[in-house]
Parts: sequence; C-alpha cells; structure tokens
Amino acid sequence: MKVTMTVNGATCSGEVEGRTLLVSFLRDTLHLTGTHVGCDTSQCGACVVHVNGRAVKSCTMLAAEAEGATVATIEGMADADGTLSPLQQAFQDHHGLQCGFCTPGMVMSAAALLAENPKPTEHEVRHYLEGNICRCTGYHNIVKAVLAASGQDLPAVAAE
Amino acid sequence: MYAFDLVRPATLADAVAAMAHDEAQALGGGQTLIPSLKARLASPATLVSLTGIAEMVGVCRGDDGAVCIGGATTHAQVARDVAAHYPALAKLALGIGDPAVRNRGTIGGSVANNDPAACYPSAVLASGATIVTNTRHIAADDYFQGMFTTALEPGEIITEVRFPVPMQAAYIKFEQPASRFALTGVFVARYADGVRVAVTGAAEQGVFRWSDAEAALSAQFAASAIAGMAPDADGMITDLHGTAAYRAHLVGVLTRRAVEAA
Ligand SMILES: Cc1cc2nc3c(=O)[nH]c(=O)nc-3n(C[C@H](O)[C@H](O)[C@H](O)COP(=O)(O)OP(=O)(O)OC[C@H]3O[C@@H](n4cnc5c(N)ncnc54)[C@H](O)[C@@H]3O)c2cc1C
Ligand code: FES
Ligand code: FES
Repeated sequence: MKVTMTVNGATCSGEVEGRTLLVSFLRDTLHLTGTHVGCDTSQCGACVVHVNGRAVKSCTMLAAEAEGATVATIEGMADADGTLSPLQQAFQDHHGLQCGFCTPGMVMSAAALLAENPKPTEHEVRHYLEGNICRCTGYHNIVKAVLAASGQDLPAVAAE
Repeated sequence: MYAFDLVRPATLADAVAAMAHDEAQALGGGQTLIPSLKARLASPATLVSLTGIAEMVGVCRGDDGAVCIGGATTHAQVARDVAAHYPALAKLALGIGDPAVRNRGTIGGSVANNDPAACYPSAVLASGATIVTNTRHIAADDYFQGMFTTALEPGEIITEVRFPVPMQAAYIKFEQPASRFALTGVFVARYADGVRVAVTGAAEQGVFRWSDAEAALSAQFAASAIAGMAPDADGMITDLHGTAAYRAHLVGVLTRRAVEAA
C-alpha cells in the first residue's frame, strides 16, 4: 500500500507492507538514516522520532499508522546550512555524546521534553529520558546538556 | 514479523466488522503486540488498528460520576485528562514505562493483555471498574481470569473502561528498573462502602484482591490497621528479580505506603 506523510516539512510517499515499521520506512525508503535502531524491542529509545509532535519509538509503530502524520526526525533539527539547533549544540558543548549511537533518540526525546516543559528540573530530565539508554556517557553530561539548552544555570550534577 | 494486512477503520462499527474475519487481531498502541509480532509469538492475518477511531479516544464523566476512558486512549492522555477527576489513576498512567511508550500505549491494550506485572489491571480491580466492550459490560471482578487471560471473547473490543471515583486512593509501584513494569504494585481505593486493595506483579494468577487487608482497612483506614500483615507467599511469583516470600513481604509494605499516600 502507499503511504504519505510530512517528514521534516517535506511531503514524502512510498510503498509499504502492513508490517513495515516506521523506522524502516524512514531509513530504507527515505534514506533518513539518522534515526537509529538499537534494540528493535522498544527498550532503548535510539529510534525516537516525533509523530504529530509527540515522541514515539519508531521501531514500535507501523509506517502505515503514520499515514497523513507530521513526522520530525533528527535530520530536521539542524538548520539547512548545517548550523546545529541550540539543543544539539549543548550536547556538543557539554560532551553529551561519545559514540553517538543513542544521540538521535536522546535529542528527539529531550526536544519533546523541552516543548512540554521548557524549564525542567534535573529530576524531570532524568525521569523523561528513562526510555533512552546510553552505553557510553553515564548520562550526567546528557542531563547537563538538556538543562543548558533550557537556558538554566547548571546545577552540580550527581556523582561529580 | 510474518506478513499481515493492516486496516485502519474510522468507526467502531467498521472495526467490529473487520474483527469478524478469521485471524484478525486488534492493534492498540502496539507497545506489546508489535514486539510479540517481531518475536513471531503471534501471526494474525489482519491487524485492525483502533487508535484512529475517534469515538474510542478520550475521557468523560458519566451520569453516575464515573470516569469513562475510551479504550484507545493513550496512557499520556489519561495522565493529562484524568488528573482533575481521579488523581491516583492519572499518576499510575504517568508512571507507565517512559514517555514514548505512554504516547502510544492504550488502556484497552493494557487491560486486554492483562500482563501479570502491568499497572492498569490493579486500578481496574481496586476501583471495581466496568469493562465496556462492543457487546457487553463486564465487572472487574469477573474480568481478570489469570495471567494474560481475561473474559474477552475472540474479536471482542474494549471500547471503554468506567471507573467509579473513590474518596481516597493511591497506587504504589515498586519498579523493576530494567523493564519499568511493576516488580510488585498495590492500588488501594477507599469508597463509602469499603476499601478495595488490588495487587499486581506478585501472584502467578496475575492481579488479585487482598481481602484480609480490605477487611482490616474497611474497619479502620490506617497503615497501623495492617501493621505486620502480608499475604500468603503460596502462589506468588519467584523469578530472578525476587522470591515469592520477598514479593509477599513487598505487598504488605506497599499497601501500608499506599494507605499513607491516599
Ligand atoms: C519499554 C516498555 C515499558 C513498559 N512499562 C509498562 C509499565 O510500567 N506498566 C504497564 O502497565 N505497562 C507497561 N508497558 C506496556 C504498555 O503499557 C503497553 O502499552 C500495554 O501493555 C499494551 O497496550 P497497547 O495499546 O500498546 O496494546 P497492543 O500492544 O496494541 O495490544 C496488546 C494486546 O491487546 C489487544 N488489544 C489492544 N487494544 C484492544 C482493545 N481496545 N480491545 C481488545 N483488545 C485489544 C491486542 O490484540 C493485543 O493482544 C511497557 C511497554 C514497554 C514497551
Ligand atoms: S530501537 Fe526502538 S527502542 Fe530500541
Ligand atoms: S554516546 Fe554511545 S550510546 Fe550514548
């Protein structure tokens, strides 16, 4: 069947099967490979994208269910000239990534948090990112980056 | 995943018609079903998506005061829209999984699945809620029939869950940090005619009512009324996360905490 959705502002169509996952459509059909597959079992959050403004795990949603939806992926976060968004820049400035595998999902989850709650507390950031697993950073610098992107003073983060 | 057809009906009537086909299965938020399809634990010929059916989404108050939640309403929407009506239930929804799971997962899917460690079944049972399907009303006490087993007939769709609102209530979940499900969770709800205590994550039979605690708390609604009490460890789950005795002990502790938080 044919699906059509708006991805990062552009109208995109493609052929999918009933079982095609949204993440497969994004990566394999649209070649938007910034969205990662870590676990493929809805545990890790590497595949988080926004569907109609809400964070979802694209490995656990069927592409056909996004028919007509507005989808945002990591590729849409930076400006067209490559200038990083303030949230992405904060990840770089505060060493919120090492290997970078979890980063697209972390950024998309954090962006959803800041849209809902522009000045989250450290606890709220940690709680919101519960579904995003990072094997490298130990999380503290990710939490710092999100707090910095929200324009707040950085508290001393636990374990420092 | 094996191949299947996906249909996205816009009305309940169309969904019921689609479910009448052989090997059709309902798709709620897919947060449980899609992983099981990937593991080839299910092989439906047709998936009938319920989340686009407007009449199955949303929260309202019934004439009798009950909070009525559409079967395809996400956990995130329950957390937002039920907060003013039944705070303990909204808080439970806010504690399920993580934000992305809550943005897709639905109350109907959770209650249909009846995972022995899921959160909603405890609220449904402790509130004496009514499961409304396309064919009938089912009382919570008749609905849960053991681990992953319910009174639902093949093809039956949960359209709504109706919760009588208690005077006081709280849900305390002892979270299993890897899965974020309840290692054990207790929902306590106090109504004019008595207290109901429902336990999830603990028993082999799935969610159950702890009647000894209900009797003691109905006589006196205070943690001290159940001091030192715990249900029998017989029939409790033993797995790598905890023994049956540990879970039985947790039930006592969490019930006392829930009474204090209510
Ligand atoms: C990482 C993660 C963490 C989680 N943590 C928790 C947690 O802490 N607590 C908790 O309770 N749950 C948790 N869950 C489960 C989550 O709540 C699921 O959303 C829920 O169990 C299933 O709901 P669903 O709408 O996704 O249903 P689906 O996965 O779509 O369906 C589940 C089953 O219900 C059937 N079904 C769906 N909707 C209906 C309906 N309206 N009528 C009849 N049958 C229907 C389907 O056919 C299927 O058999 C977690 C899941 C994940 C992936
Ligand atoms: S790849 Fe989707 S949650 Fe891990
Ligand atoms: S930076 Fe490597 S997994 Fe997070």
